[in-house]
Amino acid sequence: MTHPHDELLDKAKADIAAAGDLRSLEALRVELLGKKGRVTELLKQLSTLEGYERKAFGERVNKLKSAVADAIDARSSALQEHELQQRLSAEAIDVSLPGRGEDTGGIHPITRTIDRICTLFGELGFETVEGPEIEDDFHNFNALNIPEAHPARAMQDTFYVMNGARLLRTHTSPVQIRTMQSRQPPIRIICPGRVYRCDSDRTHSPMFHQVEGLYVAEKVTFADLKYDLQSFLSRFFERDVEALFRPSYFPFVEPGADVHMRWTQADGSQRWLELLGCGMVHPKVFEAVGIDPERYTGYAFGMGVERMAMLRYGVDDLRLFFDNDLRFLEQFR
Amino acid sequence: MKLSETWLREWVNPQATIEEIAQRLVMGGLELEVEPAVDTLPQGVVVGRIVAAEKHPQADRLQVCRVDVGAGEPLQIVCGAPNARVGLNAPCATVGSRLPGGMEITQAKLRGVDSSGMLCSAKELALSDKSDGLLELDATARPGQPIGDYLRLDDHILNLEITPNRGDCLSVLGLARDVAALFGVNMKRPNLPPAVVVGDRTIKVEIEDAETCPTYTGRIISKLNAKARTPDWMRERLRRSGLRCIHPLVDVTNYVMLELGQPLHAFDREKLSGTIRVRRAKPGEQLKMLTGESVVTEHGELLIADDNGPLALAGVMGGLESGVTDATTSIFLESACFAPEAVAGTARRHKLVSDASYRFERGVDPGLQRIALDRASQLITEICGGEVHPVSQAGRSQPEPVNVRLRHARMTQLLGHEIASREVEQLLGRLGITTRNEIGDTWLCRIPSHRYDLRLEVDLVEEAARLHGYDRIPARPYLAALAPSQPAEGRRPLAAARSTLVSRGWQEIVSLAFVDPRVQAALDPDAASIAVDNPIAETQSVMRTRLWPGLVAAWLHNRQRQLPRARLFETGVCFALRDGAVVETPRIAGLAAGDAFAEQWGKKNRPVDFYDLKADVAALLGAPADDYRFEAAPDAALHPGRSARILRGDRAIGWIGELHPSAVRTLDLPEAPLVFEVDWPAIRDAAVPRAQALSEFPSSRRDLAVVVAETTPVQALVDCVRKAGGNLLQKVFVFDIYRGEAVGNACKSVALGLIFNDYSRTLTIDDIDAATQAVTQALSQELAATIRH
Repeated sequence: MTHPHDELLDKAKADIAAAGDLRSLEALRVELLGKKGRVTELLKQLSTLEGYERKAFGERVNKLKSAVADAIDARSSALQEHELQQRLSAEAIDVSLPGRGEDTGGIHPITRTIDRICTLFGELGFETVEGPEIEDDFHNFNALNIPEAHPARAMQDTFYVMNGARLLRTHTSPVQIRTMQSRQPPIRIICPGRVYRCDSDRTHSPMFHQVEGLYVAEKVTFADLKYDLQSFLSRFFERDVEALFRPSYFPFVEPGADVHMRWTQADGSQRWLELLGCGMVHPKVFEAVGIDPERYTGYAFGMGVERMAMLRYGVDDLRLFFDNDLRFLEQFR
Repeated sequence: MKLSETWLREWVNPQATIEEIAQRLVMGGLELEVEPAVDTLPQGVVVGRIVAAEKHPQADRLQVCRVDVGAGEPLQIVCGAPNARVGLNAPCATVGSRLPGGMEITQAKLRGVDSSGMLCSAKELALSDKSDGLLELDATARPGQPIGDYLRLDDHILNLEITPNRGDCLSVLGLARDVAALFGVNMKRPNLPPAVVVGDRTIKVEIEDAETCPTYTGRIISKLNAKARTPDWMRERLRRSGLRCIHPLVDVTNYVMLELGQPLHAFDREKLSGTIRVRRAKPGEQLKMLTGESVVTEHGELLIADDNGPLALAGVMGGLESGVTDATTSIFLESACFAPEAVAGTARRHKLVSDASYRFERGVDPGLQRIALDRASQLITEICGGEVHPVSQAGRSQPEPVNVRLRHARMTQLLGHEIASREVEQLLGRLGITTRNEIGDTWLCRIPSHRYDLRLEVDLVEEAARLHGYDRIPARPYLAALAPSQPAEGRRPLAAARSTLVSRGWQEIVSLAFVDPRVQAALDPDAASIAVDNPIAETQSVMRTRLWPGLVAAWLHNRQRQLPRARLFETGVCFALRDGAVVETPRIAGLAAGDAFAEQWGKKNRPVDFYDLKADVAALLGAPADDYRFEAAPDAALHPGRSARILRGDRAIGWIGELHPSAVRTLDLPEAPLVFEVDWPAIRDAAVPRAQALSEFPSSRRDLAVVVAETTPVQALVDCVRKAGGNLLQKVFVFDIYRGEAVGNACKSVALGLIFNDYSRTLTIDDIDAATQAVTQALSQELAATIRH
């Protein structure tokens, strides 16, 4: 035969387990452990007992009380956890929906390329300098050792403005001239910008972009030029670039060179691609700007930005740069 | 310039394949491509001689020829070529041979007559793009000889592209010199026998100005055979150089030009009168050129003239009147040296670029004239017979010797690499430069006349480095004193401004800086544009005064491709003419059109408006916002009620607004886009921040609903509140605009939030009431505002 207390406990545990929510559990707690609860009522019987009996009864009822309380707490935690879980699943959203608001725009690939070139040379202490785009004959030609009758003038078909009084610069070299006129060596500059030539077809735009560099100091050598450009190309293309320096001619440098790099074409074959023109600053250029060619030497180089961008990003049509088609531009975001 | 390999190898023959020679030349600074003289050598095609020809019995246009091909009986061949005639030598494709075009020659019957082969034209042998009849061969050609051997078709063509300083390479002689120098071998100068002078007639020649023409030589060659024919060997060489055979006399002058680099000209002796003069043109002299065009000379252009007037544009082209014809039997052959400055420009000005002008503009060896004259005289007499007369000469007979000093130490310093003294002497020696040691490490170098491009020490440095090999100059790793730049903290890089716009959804574009004047006039009606003198197209003929034309074009381009929503910006220079001077202003400009938001879920869309754009522009301008003001102002291209001038302090620095309806109509735009522009230098700099102490006391907020006339700008309210709010007013902002019956017609209610704070204490209700009272009083007094409760 079971003790009536055990019977009470079994019944209470069964009721607690059956409580479906926190509210009915609370009602059970009041019914069992409240001021008039059944367990509380049992404790009230203590006063009718004495001595050993009282002590034994008291211990048993307290044990019963804590067992009931534990059961309620356990059930309460379980119900709370259950309710939390229900709430969480009810509050779930579709995280695969796109975020609201504005997408970012993008930088034009020409700008991106210029920024990269200037940054790479900037790390070597080359300061970015810009200059006017409408130039005069002196800065665009004469100071660069390209006198009036020079065949190199025919090589660069020039746009003129103001009835021939001024011209649209055919290269960014006038910026070098202006810088050398206004500063004393050491000079280390990189000159990006728009340039203009009277030529328009599939592979020529009448306006395009160049970056030129100039380094003038005591004891600048052709060996410095070779290293600086070779390492620039490797850094720009992020791989070991095999570069070749071939003798070439630009009126404003001597010795002059074209820099070619070995390029693997789509079909896997390799060829040399001309990338840059460069050389040692011509003494006549130094004379034109008032720098002592005996004391100082310098190197200069120039490259077409569009060409660098085409090779870097795999663009095969020059005109894409100036159409400003968003489907093209968005690929550079 | 194109040259035949076999011709070159007559002058210099290094033990190297043509590809190796080309590679060495390229590494020596000449741009060069090699191609075979013919794609496929004709097999089974031999020299044939027509020994009999009869009309075809069935066809008027055909002849039945009997052709001697060296062996066996002559072949019977039916031929339709108009120039087929007895005695003619022509290429004959025998039965079983295959022509370059793929045609196979078989035994055939043509209109009932057997034909055992085919007589060929130059086109059928792929020697020419077009031909009118059989390729006629020299009478001395031996029937039966394979045509490939006879014409030496197993050859290559060198296609040479020179840099402007290397005019000396524009000949077999010149190229051979560089090949010899690059390979370190000797040239084999072919024996060029001088012409034997038998006559005694001369023409007087004079030079007006020795600067323009240092040397002029010429001679009469008379009693020429007008029926002579240019021999096949010369024809083939000229053909491989891309020149047409015209007339034996002209062909010889072209041949000698290709061989030695000296342009020559043959005048018909009978058309000349008096003295030949090299002189400057008077303006307006007229001359009909060989090409048939008439030229009116400009002042100072160099002419060859006789007593009757101009004969030729010196160094460019001869006149038609004095040129040789099929009837010419006596010529005056000119061989002269003209200064590049005297020739440059003339050809371009008259659009008469010739092989002669191309060479004279780049320079011709001033020591070459007599040699070339003799060579040409000898070839002419070889081909056309005739009597050679003595040379007439004006100017100096030999150019002044030129010496250039070269310091070994300087060369080493420039290259960063030492080429040993002995090697320098050897390398220069290969170019015909003799070196003589002076004091120390200095050489005195004697420059040969054909290297007129070598005048400075640095020219010799380059020559030595080029022959030594650029690839042998080592690359020296970075070695320079550090020179850190001094960037001003308050100066924003342009890249930062660009990224502000990009992060707000704007796409950068790059457009051409010359624009359509019609578009520019619509978008900047008041501006004085700078026109391009020689534009490529009318639509690219004025320099942009604003960036808007390019932005509008880019917007339309994308709109036509189903991308109507635009947030486009560009950074670039705008060009203006102010008091006759060019002013270049770097600007940032943008265009917004289409929806306010990218199409998306959960956000109600609407068209983009002024205030969307204004927020982006304000972000671009950067902190502190108080520096900038937007004030209503008209711009001719903008909607007068929806445009603002942007000011920084008192200075106007840009515009923002909706395009004017009349501009929209003029440009036929589908809608009115919003645009802005700001001068970049004006917004580039900001002060370096000075930190303010933070208040430790709570702030209080009062909201006011202020009713004012519709025409009162909100900015005036804000300015008024700021002024009246005193020191305690920390911030004022607009949080709502209400229009409706409650505030009456032509009025609006502006909800302002006012934040009060003090650095030393917590403000009392009385403090705030007093400050608010001052504000409301000022608003009602200054702006006739009423406060809504």
